[in-house]
Amino acid sequence: MYTQALDSPGKDPVAATGEAAERFQARVDADEKIEPKDWMPEAYRQTLIRQISQHAHSEIVGMLPEGNWITRAPSLRRKAVLIAKVQDEGGHGMYLYSAAETLGVSRAQMVEQLLSGAAKYSSIFNYPTLTWADVGAIGWLVDGAAIMNQVPICRCSYGPYARAMVRICREESFHQRQGFEIMMTLARGGAAQKAMAQDALDRWWWPSVMMFGPSDADSKHTAQSMRWKIKRFSNDELRQKFIDVTVPQAHFLGLTLPDAHLRLDEVSGHYEIGPIDWSEFHAVLKGNGPCNRERLEARRAAHAAGEWVREAAAAHARKLEDRAATAQHQERGSP
Amino acid sequence: MSGDWPLYEVFVRSRGGLEHRHVGSLHAADSRMAIEHARDVYTRRQEGVSLWVVPSTLIVASDPAEADALFEPARDKIYRHPTFYVIPDEVKNL
Repeated sequence: MYTQALDSPGKDPVAATGEAAERFQARVDADEKIEPKDWMPEAYRQTLIRQISQHAHSEIVGMLPEGNWITRAPSLRRKAVLIAKVQDEGGHGMYLYSAAETLGVSRAQMVEQLLSGAAKYSSIFNYPTLTWADVGAIGWLVDGAAIMNQVPICRCSYGPYARAMVRICREESFHQRQGFEIMMTLARGGAAQKAMAQDALDRWWWPSVMMFGPSDADSKHTAQSMRWKIKRFSNDELRQKFIDVTVPQAHFLGLTLPDAHLRLDEVSGHYEIGPIDWSEFHAVLKGNGPCNRERLEARRAAHAAGEWVREAAAAHARKLEDRAATAQHQERGSP
Repeated sequence: MSGDWPLYEVFVRSRGGLEHRHVGSLHAADSRMAIEHARDVYTRRQEGVSLWVVPSTLIVASDPAEADALFEPARDKIYRHPTFYVIPDEVKNL
C-alpha cells in the first residue's frame, strides 16, 4: 500500500567515488536495472534497505486499521472485499520483505526492527478507524495517495523493488475503487450516512496529503535518491498530482474538503491548498500519534501469539527431514 | 525469533502451455508449506495453474563479474541470425 518519504534523521548518504561508482552511476543513467549480485555503493544499498523495509512495515501495520472493521462490515459482500484487501496488504508486505532481503538484510532483523520500534512505517496508520466510512476513506484517499507514490517506483533502478512494485500497483487499483464505492454509497445515502462520509473525509484528508512526506525544501534525501533513480518525482510534485485528481472526486461525491484555503488556480490548472500542519506529521512520526502505541502492541502480540505455531512448523519440518534421512539410510541397506 | 525459515524461490506457470516463470521468494518451514504460502502470496488472482518452489540455496547463479566472459563471445556472431543473409526480394518463401 504505502511507501512514504519519511526522511528519518539518518546520515546523509555519502556519494561513493571511484571507478566502480562511476560505472554504477553510468548504468543507472542509461536506465539499466541493478540486480542483487551487481556491485552497488554501500549508501545505495542502505537507502534501499531503509526505504523497502519501511514500505514493507507500512503494509503490515496497514492491515490493522482496516482489519478493525472486518467483523463489522455492513454486508457479506463488503466483508469479503475487505478481507481480500487486507490480505493483499499482507501479500504486499511479503513481496517487499523479499525484495529487501536480496540486499542482505534478514527477515528476522526487519521484524525485530519493527517490533522494537526502531523502524518507521507510514504515519497514516497511526490514525484510528472510528466508523465504517473510514474504511471507504482509506481505500479512496490513502490507497489513492499510495498509488501516486508507487507508480513511479515501478521504474526504480533496483530490479527486485521495481518488480515487486509492478505487482503491487496492479492490485492497488481495486483497493482505491472499492474505497470510492463505499464513499459513493454513503454520500448517496441518508443524511446520517452522508455526514459519516464527510466526517471521514474531514479526518483523513490532511493525513493523506502528508503521506507524501515533508515538503521539498525540507527533504534532504530527495536529490541523491533521484540521481540513483530510486525516486522519480519530488514529494511536492506527487502531492500536487494527488490533490489535482482527488479534489474533483470529492466534488463528485458532493463532499467538502476540510480546507478553507483550497482554490483552483485557473492559470496553472492546479488546486492550491492551505498550509500543512507539519508539527502534527512530526509528532505522529515520533510516536505520538493517536494509535502509535496500540499499533506496535498489536504487532508484538500477534508475533508472540504466533511463536508456538512457528516452533511447531519448524519441529514438523525437522521430523520430515529426519524421516527422509532414515528412509534413505534403510534403502542403502546400511545397518 | 531464533532465525528465519529457509528461503524458497517461487516459479509460476500462468497457464497450460507456458513455462514456469520466477515471481519472487518466500520463507517456509518445509516444501509443503512453501507451496501453500506461494499459493497465498503469488496467486491470489488466478495468476497460475502450477507452482514450483525451490530452496534458494540450491540455485547456482552466474557471477555478474563474469558476464562479459560468458556472453560477450556471442556478440560478434551475427551470422547466427537469419537477417545476416541478404536474399533478393524476388526469392519467395525463404
